[in-house]
Amino acid sequence: MSATVETRDTVEALSVEKYKYGFTTEIAMEEFPKGLNEEIVRLISAKKGEPDWLLAWRLKAFALWQKLEEPHWARVEHPPIAYDELYYYAAPAAPAPKSLDEVDPALLNMYEKLGIPLNERAALAGVAVDAVFDSVSVATTFRETLAKSGVIFCPISEAVREHPELVRKYLGSVVPYGDNYFAALNSAVFSDGSFVYIPKGVRCPMELSTYFRINARNTGQFERTLIIAEEGASVSYLEGCTAPMRDENQLHAAVVELVAMDDAKIKYSTVQNWYPGDAQGKGGIYNFVTKRGACRGRNSKISWTQVETGSAITWKYPSCILQGDGSVGEFYSVAMTHNHQQADTGTKMIHIGKNTTSTIISKGISAGHSNNTYRGLVKIMPNASGARNYTQCDSLLIGDQCGAHTVPYIESRNASAKVEHEATTSKIAEDQLFYCRSRGLSEEDAVGLIVNGFCKDVLKELPMEFAVEAQKLLAVSLEGSVG
Amino acid sequence: MLEIKNLSARIGDKEILRGVNLIVPDGEIHAIMGPNGAGKSTLSYVLSGREGYEVTGGEAIYNGQDILALAPEARAAAGMFLAFQYPVELPGVGNANFLRTALNAVRRARGEAELDAVAFLKLARAALKNLSMQDDMLKRNVNVGFSGGEKKRNEVLQMALLRPGLAILDETDSGLDIDALKIVAEGVNALRSPVFSALVITHYQRLLDYIVPDRVHVLAAGKIVRSGGPELALELEARGYAGLEAA
Amino acid sequence: MTALPTRSLEAWRYTDLRPLDAMSFAEAPAAPLPDDLPDIGVPRLVFVNGRFDAAASSTLMFAHGFATVTEESDLPLALINAQHAQDGLTLEIPAGVDAGVVLLISYANGGALHPRHRISLGAGATLTLLEVIKGEGVYWHNPVTDIVLAQGARLAHYRLQNESREAFHLATIRAAAAADAAYESFTAVMGAKLSRAEFHVELTGAKAHTHLNAAQLLGGSQHGDFTSVVRHKAPDCSSRQTVKSVLSDAARGVFQGRIEVDRVAQKTDGYQMSQALLLSPAAEMDIKPELQIFADDVKCSHGATIGALDEEQVFYLRSRGIPEDTARAMLIRAFLTEALEPVTHAGAHALFEAAIETWWTGK
Repeated sequence: MSATVETRDTVEALSVEKYKYGFTTEIAMEEFPKGLNEEIVRLISAKKGEPDWLLAWRLKAFALWQKLEEPHWARVEHPPIAYDELYYYAAPAAPAPKSLDEVDPALLNMYEKLGIPLNERAALAGVAVDAVFDSVSVATTFRETLAKSGVIFCPISEAVREHPELVRKYLGSVVPYGDNYFAALNSAVFSDGSFVYIPKGVRCPMELSTYFRINARNTGQFERTLIIAEEGASVSYLEGCTAPMRDENQLHAAVVELVAMDDAKIKYSTVQNWYPGDAQGKGGIYNFVTKRGACRGRNSKISWTQVETGSAITWKYPSCILQGDGSVGEFYSVAMTHNHQQADTGTKMIHIGKNTTSTIISKGISAGHSNNTYRGLVKIMPNASGARNYTQCDSLLIGDQCGAHTVPYIESRNASAKVEHEATTSKIAEDQLFYCRSRGLSEEDAVGLIVNGFCKDVLKELPMEFAVEAQKLLAVSLEGSVG
Repeated sequence: MLEIKNLSARIGDKEILRGVNLIVPDGEIHAIMGPNGAGKSTLSYVLSGREGYEVTGGEAIYNGQDILALAPEARAAAGMFLAFQYPVELPGVGNANFLRTALNAVRRARGEAELDAVAFLKLARAALKNLSMQDDMLKRNVNVGFSGGEKKRNEVLQMALLRPGLAILDETDSGLDIDALKIVAEGVNALRSPVFSALVITHYQRLLDYIVPDRVHVLAAGKIVRSGGPELALELEARGYAGLEAA
Repeated sequence: MTALPTRSLEAWRYTDLRPLDAMSFAEAPAAPLPDDLPDIGVPRLVFVNGRFDAAASSTLMFAHGFATVTEESDLPLALINAQHAQDGLTLEIPAGVDAGVVLLISYANGGALHPRHRISLGAGATLTLLEVIKGEGVYWHNPVTDIVLAQGARLAHYRLQNESREAFHLATIRAAAAADAAYESFTAVMGAKLSRAEFHVELTGAKAHTHLNAAQLLGGSQHGDFTSVVRHKAPDCSSRQTVKSVLSDAARGVFQGRIEVDRVAQKTDGYQMSQALLLSPAAEMDIKPELQIFADDVKCSHGATIGALDEEQVFYLRSRGIPEDTARAMLIRAFLTEALEPVTHAGAHALFEAAIETWWTGK
C-alpha cells in the first residue's frame, strides 16, 4: 500500500470532531418569528432604532430580492435553501451592554474558549476587537484609545445612530443593494457588523479585529461591514469566524464594503473557520459573501488576504475596483476543502484608472470528497493605460475523490496593459513526502509541512497573530485528509 | 568622428545629462567613467536612440551627421553600435536569423550587396572562431538562456559582424569573469583601426587594463567633469569618485 | 432550425452571433474554381460552396461519398449543421495504412454551407490532412468534422482558415483518440468577419496524445474565437496546447480552453499556453483558460498573457540596424513559432509561413 493511500485512510478514520469550535453557548436569546417578509424587515429596522432612509433602503432591497433568483453559476451544489424556515434576527435577550462588565459572563466565557481577547487588560497588545454574536455586536474593545486618534470602530448599528452622515454616504456605495441575490438579502435584513472610519492622514494605531460567531439554531447571519479610509489613512483589519456544530445548514450572507481615498491603504485579513459540516457532509455553514473594495483615490491600495478552511459551502469573491490612477489591488487566498466541503472563491480586479496594478495569489487544497474552485476576473478597461496584473493559481489535490478547478476570466481592452496568468494543479510529490519522512517526520506532519510551504506566499501576508492561527488551522483541517 | 556638444537630456521630469561636451576622433578609444547615477547609461541610450529619453538641448554629430534625429536603425546603418549593459532576450528569434537580418539591413543601407545564407554562415563561423565561441551559438534563440558572459560575448559577436565605425560599450564588463573580459577586450581591440572609434563606459578601471583608452573622461551629475590620459583611470581607482562633483 | 446560441450561454459569452442571425442566405450558387488554389504536390479534394467537386479532385481510394447524419450532442451549431448537411467528406483509412498527405480545399462565394466531414483512421494508420479554407463575398460556412482515431493511429490536421473578410466561419471539430493514438493539430485563423473554431478532443485510451495549437492573426474589425475542450478520459494521456493571437486595428480575439481530467485519468500531463499581442489601442482580447480536475496524480498547468510587443526588444533589433517594420515582423513571427510546432510537413509549413508573411505585409 502506498504511503498516500495509508495517509488517506488515516484521515478518513478521523471525524470532524476535530472542529474544536463546535460547542454551543446556552444563553437567553431574543428571536423574531422565523421567515422573511416586509414585517420582519421593519421589525429589524425598528429594533435598531434606524432612521427612515435606512428602512426605505432595506425595503427597496427586499422588494428587489423577491424578484431575483438565486445564482447558480458557481460550482457548488446544495438543496434549495428554505428562506422561510430561517430566523433573521437573534440576539442575546439582555439589553445591549454599555461596557464589558455588563456583558453576559456566558458570552465572555465563550469568547474566552475561542481564544478571543475581549477583556482589555488581558488583551494582546495592539488588537482592538469587535465581537458579533449571532446578529449583534456584543463588545468592542479599545474604543477610547482609538477615539483619541479620531478612529471610529464600533458596531454598524451604533454608527447608524452616531455617524449617520458617514453611513448614509458610503453604505451601498461599493456593493449596491441590487448587486446580487445575497447582497440584496443582506441589504434587507443585515443586523450588525463593524464600522471603521479612519480620518485623513491617520495611521490606525492598532490592528482592528472582528470575531463573528453564529450560535443560535436555524439562524441566518447577515452582517455588514463598512470600512472607510480617508486620504492618506491606513488600517489593518482582521476577521475571524466560527460556529457550533449543528446538523442543519446555516446561512451566512455578509457584505463587506471598503473605500480607500487618495494614498489610503486598507489591509483586510480573514480567517474563515465556520463549521464545515461532518465527514458525511451533514450540516455546516452556507457562506455566501460579497466583499468588495473601491480604490477611489490615486495611489490607494486595498489588499485582501483570506484563509478559508471552514463552511460547507464558500461562495465569495473579494474584489477590487481600481478606479484611482496608480491604485493597487491584491488578493491572497488559501482555500482548503475536505470531506464534502465545496468552495468557489476568487476575486475580481477591475482596472479602470491608469497605471493600476493587481496581484492575485491563490492556493487551493482539496481533500476528501470536496470540490475547490478558483474563479476570478481580471478586466482591463480601455482607459487603464499601463495597467498590470499578475495572477498565480495553484491547486493541490490530496486523494482521488476530490476535485480542483480553475476558472479565470481575463479581458483586456487596453494594448498598453500587461496581464499575466499562471495556474498549476498537482499533488504532493511522493519524493517530497519521502524526503521528509526519511528525516523522521510522520506522514501527517510531512504533509502539513508541505501544505504550509505551498501556502507560504499567502500566509506571509497575514498579520503575525493570525498567521500562527492560520497555520494551526490548516494543520487541524488537514487531519485525516492527508495522504 | 563623434562630437557631442552641450548635450542635455531627461527622463520624465528628471534631468540626467546637463550639458555633456565630448569629442571622439576616428581611430581613438575613449573611456567614460563615473559614479552610479552619473548618467553614463543615459548617455549611451541617448546616443543610440532609445525611447523614453528627451533631448532638451545640444547635439551629437557623427561623421558630420546630426544623429539625434535618426531612427535607431539609421544610426546603426551610419556605423554606430551599442553593446548593451543588459542584452535583451528574444524568445523564438534564432541568433543566425537575427544576425543575418541585421547584417543585411546594415549592408543594404550602406549600399553593399546582401549576403546569402552560405556566405553569411561562413562569415559568422569565422567570427565565432575568432571569439572562441561555439557554433551552436547561432542555433540558439537570441540571448535566451544565455549566461551573463555568453550574452556579452554575443554582443561582441554582433559587433564583429556589423563592423561599426563607432562602438559604445555600456558597462560591458559588469558581471564578467576575467576570461570573458579578455575575450570582450580582444573583440574590441581586433576592430581597432584608423576608421574605428569606441566609447567604453565603465564603472571600474579593470576593463581598461585590456582595452587601453586614448582618453579617459569622468562623468558626474550629468557633465564631463575631468578628462585625461589612461592614468586618470588609475587615479580614480585609487581615490574613488568622491569629491568629483565639486571638481 | 435550431436557434443560434446567444451570449447568455457560458460557452458563448464572448462571441455574439446576432450579426449572423440578422442575415439571410440564398441557396449557394454554383461557382467556378479560382485559379490561385494552393498546390503542394499532394492529392487534393475540393469542396465548392459546400459541395464536393469531383472534377477538381484527385481520386482517392479512401475517400467515400456523403451519408446522412444524426447529431447526438446538444451543440447548437452541430445541430444546425445536421439539419442542413447535404454533403461532406468521408475518409476512412484502414488499419496499418499510411495514407500520406491530403489537401482539402474548401472554397465558397455565397450561401449557407453546412458540410459534414468524417475522418476515421484504423489501428496504426496515419494521415496528414491539410485544410485550406477560403472564399469571396458574403456567406456562412458551418462545417462539422468528426474524427475517430483507433489505437495507435496518428492524424496530423492542419487548417488554414482564410475565409472572405465578409464571411462567417463557425467550425466544429471533434476528435476521439484511442490508446496510443495522436491527434496533432494546428489552425491558423486569418479570415472571416466573424469566426469561431470549436474543438472537442477526447483522449479515450491510455497514452493518447493531442497537440491542439492555433494562431489567430486578425485585423480590421474581425472577431476570432478559438474555443477548445480537451478531455482526459484515460490514464497516462498528455495534451499540449499553444494558442497565440495577434490583434491589430479594432480586432477582437477570444480564447476559451478547458482541460478536463476525469477521475480515472491518473498521470495526466496537461499543458496549455495562450498569449495575445495587442498591436493597436482598439484591439481587444478575452481569455478564459479553465482546468477541471478530478484525478489527483496529475500535472496540469496553464498560462495566459496579454500585452503589447516588448519595446525593449524592438529597440534592440533596431539598434542592430534592422528597420522598425522588419523588427516588429520578426518578433511577431517569433511569437508564433511555438504554435506552429505540430506542423512538421514541410509543404504545409511553407504554406503557413507564406500566409503569415502575406498577412503581415497586407496589414
